[in-house]
Amino acid sequence: MTDPFAIEIEELVVVRGKNVVIPDLSVRVPRGCVTGLLGPSGCGKTTLIRAIAGIQRLRSGRVHVLGEPAGTPSTRERVGYMTQNSSVYPDLTVRQNLHYFATLAGTGEGAARAALANVGLQDKADALTAELSGGQRTRVSLAAALLIDPELLLLDEPTVGLDPVLRRDLWQLFGALAADGTTLLVSSHVMEEAGRCDRVLLMREGRLIADCSPDELRRRTGQTDLEQAFLTLAEGSAA
Amino acid sequence: MTRTLATARRVLQQLSHDRRSIALIVVLPSLLMTLFKYVFDGSPAVFGRVGPQMLGIFPFTIMFLVTSVTMVRERTSGTLERLLTTPLRRGELILGYGLAFGVAALVQALASSATAIWVLGLDVNTPWAVELFAVVDAVLGTALGLLMSAFAVTEFQAVQFMPLIVIPQLLLCGLFAARASMPTVLERTSDVLPLSYAADAFTTLGRTSGFGSHLAKDLAILAGCCVAALAGASLTLRRRTP
Repeated sequence: MTDPFAIEIEELVVVRGKNVVIPDLSVRVPRGCVTGLLGPSGCGKTTLIRAIAGIQRLRSGRVHVLGEPAGTPSTRERVGYMTQNSSVYPDLTVRQNLHYFATLAGTGEGAARAALANVGLQDKADALTAELSGGQRTRVSLAAALLIDPELLLLDEPTVGLDPVLRRDLWQLFGALAADGTTLLVSSHVMEEAGRCDRVLLMREGRLIADCSPDELRRRTGQTDLEQAFLTLAEGSAA
Repeated sequence: MTRTLATARRVLQQLSHDRRSIALIVVLPSLLMTLFKYVFDGSPAVFGRVGPQMLGIFPFTIMFLVTSVTMVRERTSGTLERLLTTPLRRGELILGYGLAFGVAALVQALASSATAIWVLGLDVNTPWAVELFAVVDAVLGTALGLLMSAFAVTEFQAVQFMPLIVIPQLLLCGLFAARASMPTVLERTSDVLPLSYAADAFTTLGRTSGFGSHLAKDLAILAGCCVAALAGASLTLRRRTP
């Protein structure tokens, strides 16, 4: 592994309609750790993740993933992406959903079972996805992203609407995956989740206002509370 | 190939959880054929002449609708976005859909033509050729539905493409008036619309027996239209979206 960075973005510009969503963004995300992408709703987190997944039309700039341009056939085999809405088929059972995504990724039934266990949904394997609760559907969607055993896992707000116990379990799972060498980019608009990441990217209005560890963020802003740290930075960047 | 088959299997599994849709796909054309027969109870010649045409038109229309709505739903639910980040190629996705709805079309065409021929007594000389064209018409509906779904942002729009794509073809295909008797502009237009060749085939099947070169030509044109529409559908499917 020559390249220590899983994601390298240079001078990325994304325009959607008349809105400049990302005016000019450069960032490098190191391999093998959990990087949090935090910021308020509408700050461009999803657009940035879509750019990394290779499905966002770019105005200009360069997005490289695992050493290759984003979205090439070879990166698509190595990158798992969980969209913000639980993008699984409501009219299939949980097992059928996972089986389909496992076949597309070329992994077997075992991978589907392991992914299901990882999100704690073994007892719902034969339930119709439409009949699950919102949080359970999110977990099916997460399992679908996990089952390709990706080198890079892009998770767009995976913990939204989950109960605290489950949220804790998932963050533990993310940590364990990173310890095994997976790179995770996890977006959230809940600032306290920043504390669970190895690194934090703070976004506001399409720009990065911080790229550091949570401790460094506290130190730099003189705040122990990460929510306050964000406010300090946001007000500082606006001034 | 594995991913194409997996996609076809997935679409059929989705359908299998929707009993009412299955019933509509299998039974609806037969019901409409029955209605059609008894509406023209007083003039059975009309059923004899137009009946075979209906065997092609019903599956064409129904499959167009079902496919375009399903594809738009895939787009709006975010599953298409996810699929496009997997190793699945666009052509594999489109072929998988074509295959799944082709199977549904086969079942539908078999059911409706069996009802028409053996229950309602529709007189056709070459039943297997009628079946064949009914299936090809249905696959054509599927292919056009996949193509048109690229231009629909919502299911609401997709449903309204049905009258846009289907009704002009119905009017121009020679069913209501002979194409040769139409103004030149309309006749030339009908020359490039696939349903004209389907109608031509069913007219031939009503009149003659066997499978001549005329029918083979119609079949080749319809198959070509299916391939072109499927190719167009996979080209209009954009991996990167704004």
